[in-house]
Amino acid sequence: MTDKHIEMHGVRKSYRFFTLDDLSLSLSPGEVMGFVGPNGAGKSTTLRLAMGLISPDAGEIRVLGQPMPAAQAAAKRDVGYVSAEMHLLPNATLGWHMDLVKSIYASWDADYAARLVKRFNLRPEQNARSLSLGERIKAVLLLTLARRPRLLILDEPTTGLDPVARHEVINEFMDVLQDDSRSILFSSHNTVDVERISDRITFIDRGRLVESSNKEDFLDRWRRVQLQLPAGAALPALPNIVSRNQDGQFVTLVTDRFSDGFAALLGPHVREVQRMTLEEIFVANVMRHREVRGS
Amino acid sequence: MYSGINISQTDARPMYLQIMEQIRARIAAGDWPAGKELPSIRALAAALNVSVITIKRAYLDLENEGVIVTRHGKGSFVADVNGLAGELREAQLEQHLAEVAGIGRELGLSSEDLAARLRRAMEKK
Repeated sequence: MTDKHIEMHGVRKSYRFFTLDDLSLSLSPGEVMGFVGPNGAGKSTTLRLAMGLISPDAGEIRVLGQPMPAAQAAAKRDVGYVSAEMHLLPNATLGWHMDLVKSIYASWDADYAARLVKRFNLRPEQNARSLSLGERIKAVLLLTLARRPRLLILDEPTTGLDPVARHEVINEFMDVLQDDSRSILFSSHNTVDVERISDRITFIDRGRLVESSNKEDFLDRWRRVQLQLPAGAALPALPNIVSRNQDGQFVTLVTDRFSDGFAALLGPHVREVQRMTLEEIFVANVMRHREVRGS
Repeated sequence: MYSGINISQTDARPMYLQIMEQIRARIAAGDWPAGKELPSIRALAAALNVSVITIKRAYLDLENEGVIVTRHGKGSFVADVNGLAGELREAQLEQHLAEVAGIGRELGLSSEDLAARLRRAMEKK
């Protein structure tokens, strides 16, 4: 048995033009994992595998301790999944949808649902057809959150939301996490959101895991270092350089293993050591990964 | 829910340092006296919309500095150290003086010039 909320080992899923290969990741209770990758990297495929919506060709997947997709019925009672493809019945009201979900899930929390209606500025008597994109996303999130699932799997939950709606939605995600037995796995292109609320971050590109690590580690290890070398001097040999760019005496290095020792090696040539945003780390990481894989 | 702390996206410092700095400022100012209980890690994470791991990091570093103490299962509290607020103000002063000295050097000022400027600044008040 395992107390992890999600465990994937060596998962493989092949399509004609795309293969997700050798994917391993794990998510513990109380954690938020941000799943980041370019379009077509395999994010949605991974989340659908975790939900048991598709079966892996190889590898092992456990969700809330249950093997997937074999035990998906048992696992899914306690998992909430939201993706952009989810649709509501156009001629039914939000209230009708709430009653429907309530009739299926014993865990439905009516008080919480009513609070979410208010916080998200929704109207239960409104037909789904007349909801704006942002309102529809919030409605689907409401229907999922009010079941109080232990694990939330969210595929691009903030895409298409305006800044105010995004703030409202993220507020609710963080509220869920006040209970340390719950967890969230979400994919996003918005690296600012990911950087802010994730405990762990997983980068994926072209069907392969690039790196998965604790967020504070990521942000601590990566640095951009600006150097000015004396005219004609060569750059000393340095370990763990992800990229280097030289313009005359001026050199810009990116490292993923920064330490005080690293700066000491370069001594007086260092003009500035800069922290990097998650977006910059992501791009540098993916570019290096593609170089190493020779594509 | 406590939400007096701000996280700025235009601040180059990482989020955990911004949080530490604002907690230190509250203690230095006396708003948060010795023994005051800090918000729980998860409550503060929810209030600031910041990951739990970031708040944990901030609290752990403050604990290592001796500014707060964490009692397992009970929460985190402002350390009950004599004159902690004063010590934090001293540390702030030292930091600003180091910056003043740095700028002074860049401008080519002597220690005497700088001391004279400081004296004038003191008299202005």
